[in-house]
Amino acid sequence: MIQVQDVDVTFNPGTVIETRALRALALTIPVGQFVTMIGSNGSGKSTLLNVLAGEVVADSGQVVVDDEDVTRWTTSKRAGLVSRVFQDPMAGTCEGLTIEENMALAQVRGRPRRLRLAIGSNLRERFRERLASLGLGLESRLQDRMGLLSGGQRQAVSLVMATLQPMKILLLDEHTAALDPKTAAFVMELTDRFVEEGKLTALLVTHSMRQALDHGTRTVMLHEGQVVLDVADQEREGLEVTDLLQMFEKVRGDQLADDSLLLG
Amino acid sequence: MSLIAFLGAIETGLLFGLVAFGVFLSFRVLNFPDLTVDGSLPLGAAVAATLIVGGWNPYAATFVAMLAGALAGMVTALLNIRLRILHLLASILTMIGLWTINLRIMGKPNQPLLGEVTIFTPFEGFGLPFYWLYPLVFVVVVVAAKLLVDAFLASEIGLAMRATGVNPRMARAQGIRTDVMILSGMAMSNALVALAGALFAQVQGAADISMGVGVIVVGLAAVILGEAVMSTRTIVLATFACIVGSIIYRLVIAVALNADFIGLQAQDLKLVTAVLVVLAMALPAVRQRFLKGGGARAT
Repeated sequence: MIQVQDVDVTFNPGTVIETRALRALALTIPVGQFVTMIGSNGSGKSTLLNVLAGEVVADSGQVVVDDEDVTRWTTSKRAGLVSRVFQDPMAGTCEGLTIEENMALAQVRGRPRRLRLAIGSNLRERFRERLASLGLGLESRLQDRMGLLSGGQRQAVSLVMATLQPMKILLLDEHTAALDPKTAAFVMELTDRFVEEGKLTALLVTHSMRQALDHGTRTVMLHEGQVVLDVADQEREGLEVTDLLQMFEKVRGDQLADDSLLLG
Repeated sequence: MSLIAFLGAIETGLLFGLVAFGVFLSFRVLNFPDLTVDGSLPLGAAVAATLIVGGWNPYAATFVAMLAGALAGMVTALLNIRLRILHLLASILTMIGLWTINLRIMGKPNQPLLGEVTIFTPFEGFGLPFYWLYPLVFVVVVVAAKLLVDAFLASEIGLAMRATGVNPRMARAQGIRTDVMILSGMAMSNALVALAGALFAQVQGAADISMGVGVIVVGLAAVILGEAVMSTRTIVLATFACIVGSIIYRLVIAVALNADFIGLQAQDLKLVTAVLVVLAMALPAVRQRFLKGGGARAT
């Protein structure tokens, strides 16, 4: 279980550009739940993701994973608990390294690395099987550089990499935002499949209300660093984008200014 | 070029192949432009020479020289990681500091090794002339170093080090402690350079305070020349290219300085080196333009 308790994050405190990114934000994600999170630019989605990943340290409040307080843990120390697919296909992989080298890096995520050969024939066979399940023909390209793959292929491989090792939570950081619609749909299909097969606990950040409602079992909306909407299961079923907007307006007494949320 | 001059170029080329490995580890693998080598090469020479004159076993002395080099690399890495000093500046600061340290180690600007037992002494009984012996010993040393570097970079830790250089954010997300990787990579890099210094002193018969001046450019020239003349797609190829580049560099220099019709003299070495590095760096761009032009004509 992932618990974010009263987390505050302020960037550039005490200056004119002071930004309160998260305000006493609280969110609990039980084991096995697939949560989608929406919010306009500056709502705090990215900051929350970074707080979970360890890249941003909370000014106050706690991040608790299975009763363990990890608030002060560095990103690398947390890697055994958190696995992540980045928005930018370049960010989540090393383009200068081969596909199998990238996968070998993820194969020991969060575990001590040793002076033994990183890629043996057993491991190579396992990588080949996992890649074959993508149906992209990548299983014959293990020794190709990652940089040769298209954005969609890279995100698909990133998903495989993120799920090679068990994790407490899978963070999906708008991981289809940089892709064309058809490829994005393919990567989302893969995401649903992996989450279901592995019974993973996952948090998907997205700019698209449609995507948020179509995937997972719970949708959370952030606004000005707080959770303003939280719908799950039956309550969420059959909800349309317009319903979400109305709910938002009712809660905030405010019109949603960001067009991209409506258009997405 | 005479046979002795040719073998001399091969010998020095092989020796600086070790420097090229060091530069490859810092510049290419870690993406950490490190100028410490200008100080860690004479550091290796000074430590080895001083210990050998002090009666140490030359192999032990050479090993301690490598440790000293590793320490120098770690100082640069720590200046960068802990104090957040820009990598280039951090390495220059270590390099400057090492000048004094090297003088202190030797107690004078020059430590002769004439008549001392060196690591080459056990092999001198075979009757090989020195101009054959040194290159042969260096082939063994450089190939062994290459195999070790290759094996390391293919290991889990080596792969983590490569990821640290290419994409540190991704590396951290995979649980890699990037600062530890930079620290150990810089230690390895400068240990290799110090090894070259220790061997150089024993071949030359002296350690000299100024023997490190411009070493970084020579090492970089070797790496870049290697990349210009062959594919460096895999690590095994890339480290081989370091050796090839280093030998080509020495041969070109030897030819340029020995050919009377060019009219260059020993004092022109630095300019020749600089021009050579520029040419090697320009080569990929020139080649691309040439290929593009050719393609346009063909259609």
